[in-house]
Amino acid sequence: MSANLVALAYLIASVFFILALKGLSSPVAARRGNLFGMVGMAIAVVTTLTVTKNWALIVGCIALGGAIGAVVARRVQMTAMPELVAFMHSLVGLAAVFIAIAAVNNPASFGLPVQLAMGSKLELFLGTFIGAMTWSGSVIAFLKLSGRMSGAPITFGGQHMVNLVLAIVMVGFGLWFFFSETTNWTAFATMTAIAFVLGFLIIIPIGGADMPVVISMLNSYSGWAAAGIGFSLGNPMLIIAGSLVGSSGAILSYIMCKAMNRPFLSVILGGFGGETGTAAASDGTQKTYRSGSAEDASFMMGNADSVIIVPGYGLAVARAQHSVKELAEKLHEKGVNVRFAIHPVAGRMPGHMNVLLAEAEIPYEQVLEMDEINSDFSNTDVVLVLGANDVVNPAANVPGSPIYGMPILDAHKARTVMVVKRSMAAGYAGLDNDLFYMDKTMMVFGDAKKVVEDMVKAL
Amino acid sequence: MIGEIDPTIINLTVFVLAVFVGYHVVWNVTPALHTPLMSVTNAISGIILVGAMLAAGPAETDWGVWLGAVAVTLAAVNVFGGFLVTQRMLEMFRKKDKKGS
Repeated sequence: MSANLVALAYLIASVFFILALKGLSSPVAARRGNLFGMVGMAIAVVTTLTVTKNWALIVGCIALGGAIGAVVARRVQMTAMPELVAFMHSLVGLAAVFIAIAAVNNPASFGLPVQLAMGSKLELFLGTFIGAMTWSGSVIAFLKLSGRMSGAPITFGGQHMVNLVLAIVMVGFGLWFFFSETTNWTAFATMTAIAFVLGFLIIIPIGGADMPVVISMLNSYSGWAAAGIGFSLGNPMLIIAGSLVGSSGAILSYIMCKAMNRPFLSVILGGFGGETGTAAASDGTQKTYRSGSAEDASFMMGNADSVIIVPGYGLAVARAQHSVKELAEKLHEKGVNVRFAIHPVAGRMPGHMNVLLAEAEIPYEQVLEMDEINSDFSNTDVVLVLGANDVVNPAANVPGSPIYGMPILDAHKARTVMVVKRSMAAGYAGLDNDLFYMDKTMMVFGDAKKVVEDMVKAL
Repeated sequence: MIGEIDPTIINLTVFVLAVFVGYHVVWNVTPALHTPLMSVTNAISGIILVGAMLAAGPAETDWGVWLGAVAVTLAAVNVFGGFLVTQRMLEMFRKKDKKGS
């Protein structure tokens, strides 16, 4: 194919990628959008095949990678989606590094002059170091999310100074590579190695609670890595696709930070939030709370007109989604208006809780976002909080509280509140929750799945 | 036009416009679909496959070709895995009346 035809085919593929993202404005359009994405990718790959040799090798590798991807996609548990996404970010990062090395080795195969221009060198430098950091950062995120490594932040003295020095040294080697007359492998390899180390160091101090931000940020990096390679190769399609992904990840990071009321910079610097909060901050006075049984709770819900269920990640950990769906159906049959209220950080990645509820076949029109449902809590008879804590803590409205300003679900405004929890322990933020001590609140202690099953039986 | 434009400037133009498009498209994504958004962007960033194919593509085979071949495999995992897992998730988002079908 002529270079012009290739460029036009790439343009068509780019438009399909934009349509794929545009489709996600509603679940129905999203299915079509995903097909658009696949068509775009097919166009891009077939077009590229017309300008490369070694077809057997390339098609064989695509088949191998494709088979692995297909198996993983079919088998992955929905609770493990954050790990899968982190794993895939790491692959993009590593692929970017390999491509950049191959380009430095043999510029001609990419249509670049044998003696790389300054501009190309700069672009290869950017693509490589973003790719390398994406890879090692994502590996750490994957290990933390999958529980193979503790979610607790790993910090040491002078950490930020070490990172800063490494970053400066890395840029120094980049400049050496940039100004060398011939291909300077020493500089290139050292710079790449430092970028790998920096990726590790930047993610290890970030705690488990901040993982939704980290994963969004790495999503963004993987896009920028692809765009960087697009710059190096002078390929507008890679630049467009990479920028779409990069801006998507950046927006998700922003949304997650806002939902936790944490400045982005402080998340990145890390050191916040361990596995679970430790002892609740107590002000010395013994506070009293009311507890009841699952049967009491279902009696109250059965007689209510409206119930809002607030699910947290504890629900998914207890694998209680399907029992909750039964509960919602039983209540619905009794004429109770049942809805779900989702806080943006309810899961371990953006939108995670929505997927977990959808997997349990809970119809998505019953599942509402915080902004959509918050004004309805005051007219609601019963709120059932399942495995959530900080996102319903009214302390967020009290100036001076550590979580002041964090947007919360206004569960405390409902007529009756029921909280299912294992114990009175504090949440991620390590704060006591006044919601649990209100007169209208009833605590139901136990494993979320067991309690919900008992509720279903009692109805 | 005055003289020849550096290709980097043209790339930069494409880049800036694409970031704007991405920004506006992504803000319209419903929050309920943020996880599928991430998995589909995983698949789309697999577009790096095209660069990997070029690395694996030259006629004279040296170690750079093998490096490219590994990159092709990695990117293909992303492309197939990303699109298929997105499809699987989107199939779960059903309305009540369609549940039986």
